[in-house]
Amino acid sequence: MHEAAIRAEQLTRRFGVVAALNAVDLTVLTGEAVAIFGPNGAGKTTLLRVCGTLLRPSAGRVHLFGEDLRGAGAAVRRRLGVLSHQSFLYPDLTPTENLEFYARMYRVDAARVAELIDRTGLAGWAHRPVRTLSRGLEQRCALARALLHHPDLLLLDEPFSGLDVEAVQQIETLLGEERRRGVTMMLTTHDVERGAALCERALVLARGQLRWDGPSADLSRERVEGLFQIRRAG
Amino acid sequence: MSDDESIRSTGFRHIANDVLPMVVLAAMIAALWAVFLYVPSEADQGVVQRIFYFHLPPAIGTFVMIFLVAIASAVYLWRGGVFWDRLAQASAEVGLLFCSIVLTVGPIWAKPIWGTWWTWDARLTTTLILWMIYVAYLVVRAWAPSREQGARYAAILGIVGAIDVPIVQRSVYWWRTIHPAVLVTREGGHGLQDPRMQFTLILCFIAFFLLGAWLLWVRLESGRVHDEAEALRMRLADAR
Amino acid sequence: MLAILLKDYLIELRTKETLAALLTLGVLTLLVLSFAFDPTSELRPLAAPGTLWAAVVFSGVLAVNRSFLAERDNACLQGLLLCPIDRGTIYLAKAAANFLFMLAAQVVLLPLFMVFFNLTPSGALFRVCLVLVLGILGFAAAGTLFAAMSVRTRAREVMLPLLLLPIVMPVLIGGVVASGAVLAGKGLGEVQQWMQLLVVYDVVLLVVGWLAFEYAVEE
Repeated sequence: MHEAAIRAEQLTRRFGVVAALNAVDLTVLTGEAVAIFGPNGAGKTTLLRVCGTLLRPSAGRVHLFGEDLRGAGAAVRRRLGVLSHQSFLYPDLTPTENLEFYARMYRVDAARVAELIDRTGLAGWAHRPVRTLSRGLEQRCALARALLHHPDLLLLDEPFSGLDVEAVQQIETLLGEERRRGVTMMLTTHDVERGAALCERALVLARGQLRWDGPSADLSRERVEGLFQIRRAG
Repeated sequence: MSDDESIRSTGFRHIANDVLPMVVLAAMIAALWAVFLYVPSEADQGVVQRIFYFHLPPAIGTFVMIFLVAIASAVYLWRGGVFWDRLAQASAEVGLLFCSIVLTVGPIWAKPIWGTWWTWDARLTTTLILWMIYVAYLVVRAWAPSREQGARYAAILGIVGAIDVPIVQRSVYWWRTIHPAVLVTREGGHGLQDPRMQFTLILCFIAFFLLGAWLLWVRLESGRVHDEAEALRMRLADAR
Repeated sequence: MLAILLKDYLIELRTKETLAALLTLGVLTLLVLSFAFDPTSELRPLAAPGTLWAAVVFSGVLAVNRSFLAERDNACLQGLLLCPIDRGTIYLAKAAANFLFMLAAQVVLLPLFMVFFNLTPSGALFRVCLVLVLGILGFAAAGTLFAAMSVRTRAREVMLPLLLLPIVMPVLIGGVVASGAVLAGKGLGEVQQWMQLLVVYDVVLLVVGWLAFEYAVEE
């Protein structure tokens, strides 16, 4: 039985007058991987943040693993791993210290920290302040932070942006491993090819509404761009 | 939104919008008449004492307002509902107005009577701090990153502020009773024996109460209209 | 909760920014006010408690502000909010950290204060410490709550004092009066009502902060 990992009903989120998300209906099943494409300002980041419990909907509901986020307590956050534009890492602490801190917060064994540092290739830099790391390394550390507690749902906001080839490959490998473990994944990206390669399902978001929802194999760059242009009739 | 709907009944609206201002005007005129023409001068203090009638009612009013702010804020945080936020804001503005009146009128009275503009006794100091809390409340609303966050921050300040005021009052009172009072304070109802004075005082209370209620209503209405305009703008933006 | 405390301690160890701010402003305030009141006058001792608490308040505002400014880099506050713990617990941990930092600053400020005002160590000083502990706790409780809010507003350096100072008046008044009485040789029994006031204030602010914090940090 596939329980819905994410179920959004008429999800709306406003900032001032503008609706970043407008009556979005979405269901993501457990184990699925979804890539979200869309022009800037489409609401992709907002969608991820609402699902990540960082923002509350202005209207509508969101359920994660069957639990309504409105009354949800701390427990549902334990199953979430979030990677964002900002790394959530303390710049003056080293990767090890950062991960150890979050490990304590999530009640995860210290051994897991060492394991993740290895898997993300951070071993050589684990004792330098995060401030001094390149963006690629910082992003890998941020991903390690997201994976620390074996989350069931991964939300990734443009995980590949600004990274060099080596870093991108590292992250792809890591994400692939998580997928094989059955983790549900939702990511946003501008890179259509990479997104389609990683995820079997694709969504296109524009101006706060879902324009397209289907297998990513059916999506090509031209088609995605065409979808961006669609204007609502009337 | 049932609170709004009940207020929407046209009878109440009509009274509030059209009749109330007239009543307030009449009451204020009556109060002015009473204070300047009707009531006799007080024996000790002379003519200046008349200011007192304009000083005490807003003083009571402003302290009532801060508690109204706190209650509306608490309901807003707990249950949501824009009405409560509007009520909190309207109360804060009216409260600030009353507080400013108190702080302006007070020293005008104090100088001839006590020989000084200001003392640091419990009531004056607490009123001053209350004034600062009102200002902070309105500023945090204006400077918050969004309307919603501003409402929330202000609500927290409102609640903490209202709890703080009694504590401040207690502490200043104890503070001032350790050091001998610089002046003998004579606020309050001492020497209001003459029934004409009592009548005047009550009249002023009524006048200020009506004024406060009317201003509150005006502010609430303007807030509601503003919110409706926002809602319309939202729908326009969506239909783009 | 301990984890957060430990983390803040580690960061402080690394950067020493909070302590630096606390000590700088604290020492400067002590200095300035010491000169503002005529050193030769006999009335000098009367200025002592006020000076001490002015230093506590001004340096405290900076410290408490910094504790949330630091969380803005890399959106660490959001990282914290993502963790499976209560918002209230985050508040208590932050308030505890601020409390401890402010107390630590007193290790330097208090001796300096004694030197400037020609006080000798005695039982009175111990009682002053007690007053300081209670007062700083209240300040940290209120300050942490309002710093979390003001860090998101415009003109945040101005916002925090504007919000905080009226609220924190009881601490200032209670602290100054109690310290003054104690320095003049009175025993703890005589300042009992002030101590009680401070305790009540501390408890009320901590509870309100614990309840209200989640509203202060959500977007």
